[in-house]
Amino acid sequence: MNRLITLFLSVLALGVAQPASAALKVFACEAEWAALAHALGGDDVDVYSATTALQDVHKIQARPSLIARYRKADLLVCTGAELEIGWLPALARKGNNPDLNPGARGYFEASRYVTMLDVPASVDRSQGDVHPYGNPHIQTDPRNIARIAGPLADKLAELDPAHASAYAQRYADFATRWTAAVSRWTEAAAPLKGIQVISAHKAWTYLYDWLGLDEVASLEPKPGIPPSGAHLQALLEQVRQQPVRMIVYAAYQDPRPIEWMTQRTDIPAVKLPFSPGGIEGTEDDLFATFDVTIRNLLAGLAQEPDQGAAP
Amino acid sequence: MQRMLLASLAGSLLGITAQPALAQTQTGSGNFNPKISLILDGKYAHYSNDTEAEIPGFLLGPETEPPASGFSIGESELVIESNIDDQFHGWMTIALENEDGETVVAVEEAYVDTLALPYGLAAKFGRFYSDIGYLNRHHPHAWDFVDAPLVYRSLLAGQLGDDGVQLRWLAPTDLFVEIGGEALRGAAYPAGGDNRSGIEAWTAFTHVGGDIGSGGSWRAGLWHYAGTAEDRRSGEDIETGFTGDSRITGIDFVYKWAPNGNPLVHNLVIQAEAMRRSENGTVVHDPDGGAVASRYDGDQVGWYVQGVYQFMRRWRAGLRYDRLGASNDVANPAADTTLALLADDGDAPQRYSAMVDFSNSEFSRLRLQYNRDESRPDGQSDDQIYLQYIFSLGSHPAHQF
Repeated sequence: MNRLITLFLSVLALGVAQPASAALKVFACEAEWAALAHALGGDDVDVYSATTALQDVHKIQARPSLIARYRKADLLVCTGAELEIGWLPALARKGNNPDLNPGARGYFEASRYVTMLDVPASVDRSQGDVHPYGNPHIQTDPRNIARIAGPLADKLAELDPAHASAYAQRYADFATRWTAAVSRWTEAAAPLKGIQVISAHKAWTYLYDWLGLDEVASLEPKPGIPPSGAHLQALLEQVRQQPVRMIVYAAYQDPRPIEWMTQRTDIPAVKLPFSPGGIEGTEDDLFATFDVTIRNLLAGLAQEPDQGAAP
Repeated sequence: MQRMLLASLAGSLLGITAQPALAQTQTGSGNFNPKISLILDGKYAHYSNDTEAEIPGFLLGPETEPPASGFSIGESELVIESNIDDQFHGWMTIALENEDGETVVAVEEAYVDTLALPYGLAAKFGRFYSDIGYLNRHHPHAWDFVDAPLVYRSLLAGQLGDDGVQLRWLAPTDLFVEIGGEALRGAAYPAGGDNRSGIEAWTAFTHVGGDIGSGGSWRAGLWHYAGTAEDRRSGEDIETGFTGDSRITGIDFVYKWAPNGNPLVHNLVIQAEAMRRSENGTVVHDPDGGAVASRYDGDQVGWYVQGVYQFMRRWRAGLRYDRLGASNDVANPAADTTLALLADDGDAPQRYSAMVDFSNSEFSRLRLQYNRDESRPDGQSDDQIYLQYIFSLGSHPAHQF
């Protein structure tokens, strides 16, 4: 028994003996908010991203490393709108950090600052994993990023008033560069307007809304339900009669239904980053993320369907 | 039940300034109704051996029989949870079980836990599954196999859940370090029996964990349990009572992996636990008056190791190996009594299991499992086949590690 107590105490000592860092600790649920917090906070923040662009944010578990980071954080930045419903409540209950509780000062929910799309009139699980507050993948429209950046900069300043002017300055700089970039992307993407596309998962509602792309179908019959052979077959019939120009997907998604489709049609598959880090070169960089998004969409459009060949 | 009511009453009094619950869009359901979910769990079981499933060298606790042969709906669970105010969160699990044609309603869990204690502390009070071990706090519908490992069945009567309080502290480190303890009523096996007053059982546990690379994560645990029993009854029909002390020390380890940490298509979970229990006291075998008693000094060990791999989207396969061992000192191993069963510690009870399951979504799962069970006396074996369904209705389940 004494040996046990000694062991417990040594684990305790291990826990306490770590120096505290001065920077504001930000726990970002998704890579886009980590990148944004980093852009606005610079060296004044220490940002941890709970997920990467290669992971399906719906399917995360409240694993030990996340609990430990949650416990230490000063600010939580998440999409909200139930995107993290599977794991954030579990994390909150294991993470013992009241500063991050919903409604507390350190709780920042990005979806509060944008207009939600795809809000269902009624919710029923037979429709798949639908979100009652609307489609949560808000980061695919850069205009949403602009709407969230201001309140996030204010939040950083509120929690860390000593560096308030630095946050304000970084925000002003970011906002200027972002506004210019959005008009550049919008202009470059003009040929995409009205183009018909298929998505792997209903993840691009905001992107399509911004660029005027027309989503005619989704590989998933219902959100979160993997496509069956019969559904894909029906889709195949549909695309043979419709001028669908590309299949849009993200790195974290199962590639096999996409390969199935591209093997049987000459529609190119276009991989987009979805979040910073989803494609090499976009890590922790929102500008690069949208540069690559627009570039790949235009490259997909440039492929004549009768030439076949998916990238 | 009354105790629990008192506990929650005390909790709400402690809250002093009962502020209205905060507006919540993330953790709540968007309105003030509690989150409700219903778990439907049913099976079909086939056994090649229909003798009583005793284990030599062990006195089994209540409700440790394998699932009923044929079709059975097992346990249907109703879970209601909600934040109570800015300080407290409440949880209740009610199980509806079918026992010999009668429906039994059992309060499996009914607890309140704190939301806003400082310094990384959290407290829980009421009835709850202990945080000892890895599998113990997971509900049966979240297990990767139909049945509990043999070591859980024989040393903890399935799962340790009791009335009491828990205090847990989380270290402010990048490495996950958690330490906690529980003071318990001691009503649950391996404590139990008459004259429960004060703290008749306690636990202490520590967990350490982290990530390995971009796709792996692990957690290791060490724990201890001590409880006293006074005429603790074994099994359902066996007239055997134990009075004495029971102590268990356990270790547990789990490793999870998925490519880039994305479990959508492929993922792997490997877990292993080991426990050692020592008991000393008196065992009385008392079938209708002809009582036989004996001093009993027991030393029992058990472990299991299992791996579950998702080999394609929605499909998983798993293997498990279970092993037990006992070295008991029974002063009077009277023949044809449970004392003789307890003294029969020469065997090494073991079991091999294999399972395949299919999950159409996060809310539904169908499972086929085969067990080669060699845990009965005299090396008897049993081929066990299970078909199981688990459906979850209502609010979204939490992805516990």
